[in-house]
Amino acid sequence: MNRSQLAGILTLLALILTACQPVSAPSAAEGNVEGDIGAPTTLIVAAHDSFSVSEDVVTEFETANNATVQFLTLGDAGEALNKMILSKQTPLADVFFGVDNTFLSRALDADLFAPYAAPALAVIPDVLKLDPQQRLLPVDYGFITLNADKAWFSQRGLALPATLDDLTAPEYKGLLVVENPATSSPGLAFLLATIDYFGEDGYLSFWEALRANDVLVADGWSAAYYDHFTVGSGGSGDRPLAVSYTTSPPADVLYASDGRTEPAGINVNLPGGAFRQIEFAGIVDGTEKRELAERWVDFMLSKRFQEDLPLQMFVYPALPDAELPDLFVQFAEQIDDPAEVEPAAIEANRETWIAAWTETMLR
Amino acid sequence: MTTARRIALPLLYALPLVFLAVFFLYPLARILQVSFYADGRWMLDSVGRLTGSRYFWRLIWFTTWQAVASTALTLTVGLPLAYLFARYDFRGKSVVRALTTIPFVMPTVVVAAAFTALLGRTGLINVLLQQLLDLEQPPIALLGTIWIILLAHAFFNVSVIIRAVGGFWSNLNPSLEEAAAVLGANRARLFWEVTLPLLWPSIAAASLLVFLFCFTSFGVVLILGGARFATLEVEIYRQAVSLFDLPAAAWLSLVQMILTFIMMTLYTRLQARASLPLESRSQARTAVTLRTPMARLFLALTLGMALLLLLAPLITLAWRSITLGDNGVTLAYYRALADNPRQSAFFVPPIVAVRNSLLFAAATTLLSLLLGIISAYLLARPRTRRTAWLEPIFLLPLGTSAVTLGLGYILAMGPWRTALWLTPVAHTLIAAPFVVRTFLPALRSLDPRLRESAAVLGAPPLRVWLEVDVPILFRAALVAATFAFTISLGEFGASLLVTRPDTPTMPVIIYRALSRPGQLNYGQALAMSTVLMIVAGLSLILIERFRIGDIGEF
Repeated sequence: MNRSQLAGILTLLALILTACQPVSAPSAAEGNVEGDIGAPTTLIVAAHDSFSVSEDVVTEFETANNATVQFLTLGDAGEALNKMILSKQTPLADVFFGVDNTFLSRALDADLFAPYAAPALAVIPDVLKLDPQQRLLPVDYGFITLNADKAWFSQRGLALPATLDDLTAPEYKGLLVVENPATSSPGLAFLLATIDYFGEDGYLSFWEALRANDVLVADGWSAAYYDHFTVGSGGSGDRPLAVSYTTSPPADVLYASDGRTEPAGINVNLPGGAFRQIEFAGIVDGTEKRELAERWVDFMLSKRFQEDLPLQMFVYPALPDAELPDLFVQFAEQIDDPAEVEPAAIEANRETWIAAWTETMLR
Repeated sequence: MTTARRIALPLLYALPLVFLAVFFLYPLARILQVSFYADGRWMLDSVGRLTGSRYFWRLIWFTTWQAVASTALTLTVGLPLAYLFARYDFRGKSVVRALTTIPFVMPTVVVAAAFTALLGRTGLINVLLQQLLDLEQPPIALLGTIWIILLAHAFFNVSVIIRAVGGFWSNLNPSLEEAAAVLGANRARLFWEVTLPLLWPSIAAASLLVFLFCFTSFGVVLILGGARFATLEVEIYRQAVSLFDLPAAAWLSLVQMILTFIMMTLYTRLQARASLPLESRSQARTAVTLRTPMARLFLALTLGMALLLLLAPLITLAWRSITLGDNGVTLAYYRALADNPRQSAFFVPPIVAVRNSLLFAAATTLLSLLLGIISAYLLARPRTRRTAWLEPIFLLPLGTSAVTLGLGYILAMGPWRTALWLTPVAHTLIAAPFVVRTFLPALRSLDPRLRESAAVLGAPPLRVWLEVDVPILFRAALVAATFAFTISLGEFGASLLVTRPDTPTMPVIIYRALSRPGQLNYGQALAMSTVLMIVAGLSLILIERFRIGDIGEF
């Protein structure tokens, strides 16, 4: 081995060692929250993979509270919650964000979160507050609905579907892609909407008809939207209708690469075809940084954070007086009468419903 | 033998065992314990319910046969290519070989997009065929069928055959074949009766690795199978994540491991009988440079066809990363990678993601070479009753559910859960078995007489190792290194870990872009995938060229 190779290997080793410094784990001894000039306290916030926030928003909180916020991501929404539940004895984080209403019961049953009566709750609409004991606090919400490729339909002179039953009609054969409810939260949300609309006795025959009408089942939102939806795939997919969010059209404009000012994919809100997904945050029971955790939750419910949310995660802020970005006002939609399924009913029936759906659709 | 050696050697051998115990067996035991025995009672209801259902047995049957079929298809595609790479010298060989390995590191979801763009109803191939043959309906309907699963498995894993078998093949002494030829054996007979038996250990080892990957397949089955198919791993994910039925998930994981263990025990039995010491030759001596134009043309055509099939999805990806949308050819998506228009706190410039990936991959390579090679030496020792079960144990992480083990990490790793060094450690769990499997056939075929003569001539043990083992086994170590490196770049077993969003790797950037709507996001995912391909390709070429003095020539 010559000298330069040796030097190369040593440099590599040194780089690896420096890159592999452990994260500052939750250290128990730090309690100096009260604006001390001392070393900043570290608050650990765990979330699902889709969590995002602006840098300067986080910095603002950190400076104001002499704190460092360390974020951890734990997988998709279900996986992240399960990891939090499993680590209950030795919590991974002080605050967790990302329990949605389909997982609410599971989170509450696990006794994971401590109640916190955040002042902001007073102004948040009641319809978003699903935990009377205030262990899980609503942060944002969104609507699962159908997205359609506007140009595709107008070029063919085909009207957009007007009811859920239209989707089973011959003229819409082979046009729709949905997500598998067993592996995807928008998939589950759409299934729940159909259960609410057609009733427990009727939803399976609707799905049978959909299957006969050549509906495509993708495993998750990414595959449905980007592999199969004609808008998302840039033309390589062949499905002009997809189960997505009412907030996808603003993203379609914001993240356009061709300077388009109108979304190519538009919302098609069929009666009974929409589901409201609410996302909650909670303070992990037993955290030693209770006070800082409360401040973080307050911060998440403050105008600053709430107004940052829409264009970071494409959701509606829970706080009513948070101003919406123009793109949301123009192209996103709030649904007045989304499907209503109680979180407890979801948790109790999830397995049965998904099993019945799977039996109908895939076997 | 000195006392120091008597103490040092067992300590060295203990290293991989301790590693397995701490980072594999302990977290696994914890999650199984918590799953089956909670709140002071056994939770076996769902185990009984599951085992009694027809679905359970269908699941096992499907998981097994699709893995067997996928492995057979991968071998069919891979062996001819392994032969070409092993026996012929041509310009750009290492580049071409690096290209064949790139699929191995690609995230399933982007490859699925490329498959759809090629093979979907309105995909490129169907549109072309429809125009050519004047058809009403698209002739190819592969998506959502078992065929696309098998094809994708072959696409992802063919490099395992090319590298593991090809590496062994290229050091195979041609004199046996030459002797058989002189004695009048025709080509077919030569292959079946001489070459194949000699190659068998490496073919079996490579097939086993491919089989295990397909047996525990998750993304391919979920995304390309279109939800109609489920392997054990897919069902484990559903039970653990969607339904949070831990006992059911743990039971399925256990079944998966037991089946893996049985398969590997069978394999090790077969393997032990098949391997024999061989006289190996340096690659430079075994490879042939083609002289006649006809032979060159033949090689070029065969390779070209195979590569076209293998690389078509990758080319599609790269092409789409510069042409997505209606803007003609554009670098907009690459430029967008470096922008942070929303000022996200988790944004990193692409070069940092590349650096993160490379550092993790380098650490994984060093760690898994160290542990894997020690394990291989341990396994190459004369078998006793006590060591016979070691071999399957070393392979077991490959047959273990990443979802289940990930939950075990949450339970068992304490403050280490968020440490960055846990990433290369978790990657090593998957990579080290590859190192063992590629290294062991070479080690077993090392003629013991070489070491004996060196020792007889008075060389101390370390010198024997340096002068006999190292030069001959260097090539096998390089092949092993490429596997470890690519496994880490591709983030196998990523669901094991708690991640820190501020230190993303290339695959993380890709997944993040794909979780948001908008063409710019999709374009960025395609652009980052292309960067990943380029980085993987360049690293592989560099690793292949790595030499210490003249040792690497072997």
